[in-house]
Amino acid sequence: MYDDILNLLPYKSSFRFVDHISLLTLDEVRGDYTLRKNAFFYEDHFPGNPVTPGVIITEIMAQIGVVILGLNLIVHGKGEKDISAATNIIPLLYSTEVTFHKMVLPGEKVSVISRKQYFRFNKLKCAVEMYNASEELVAKGIFSGFIKQIEKA
Amino acid sequence: MDRQAILDELKKVLLPYTENKELLNGITEDTDLLKDLKINSANLVDIIIDAESKYNIEIDFDSAEKMMTVRDCINVIAEKVNA
Repeated sequence: MYDDILNLLPYKSSFRFVDHISLLTLDEVRGDYTLRKNAFFYEDHFPGNPVTPGVIITEIMAQIGVVILGLNLIVHGKGEKDISAATNIIPLLYSTEVTFHKMVLPGEKVSVISRKQYFRFNKLKCAVEMYNASEELVAKGIFSGFIKQIEKA
Repeated sequence: MDRQAILDELKKVLLPYTENKELLNGITEDTDLLKDLKINSANLVDIIIDAESKYNIEIDFDSAEKMMTVRDCINVIAEKVNA
């Protein structure tokens, strides 16, 4: 489900942190990602004690919570003029304010819930929460970003 | 609502987004929000949303694009408030 939106995600391979979208409206998104045990960051973070870095947790929350929701808003024509999700888009973060509550280990599946606070002038601001498989809060925060469209070379 | 009254209220709107609060003391109509007050451009949207609720107005995309200096802001707000 929602493959059309997932296919618009510009991230590839080792930096794509969305597996599945279970709910997607103009106001809310729910999705999940399972941390790959062989992900590039575990070898060095930390040697012998792999723990998912906070920046990766933040990135998962941003990709599911802000980028997917933002793409959906744009696909449905809710953006300002001159923006379409068709080609050559770069999602950029404006700000994040995140607190971390639980460690996430290699192989864990995390779920992200994001609710829109506003989408104005192509800026999307959301309240985002992440839970682990035991439904314990892993992280929460306020994210904002926008989608930049670049000219085709 | 005259321009001075709008400016006084506008200062309160800008306060949370201005890192160096002292810059607001020297504010004039020529003050540029980004260059002079060093406001992060991403916060312009928040400033517009706060101004909308403060003045009970709606600011559209075309008007928002013009709001770069304090004078621009007062022009847009005055036009909407007095419409």
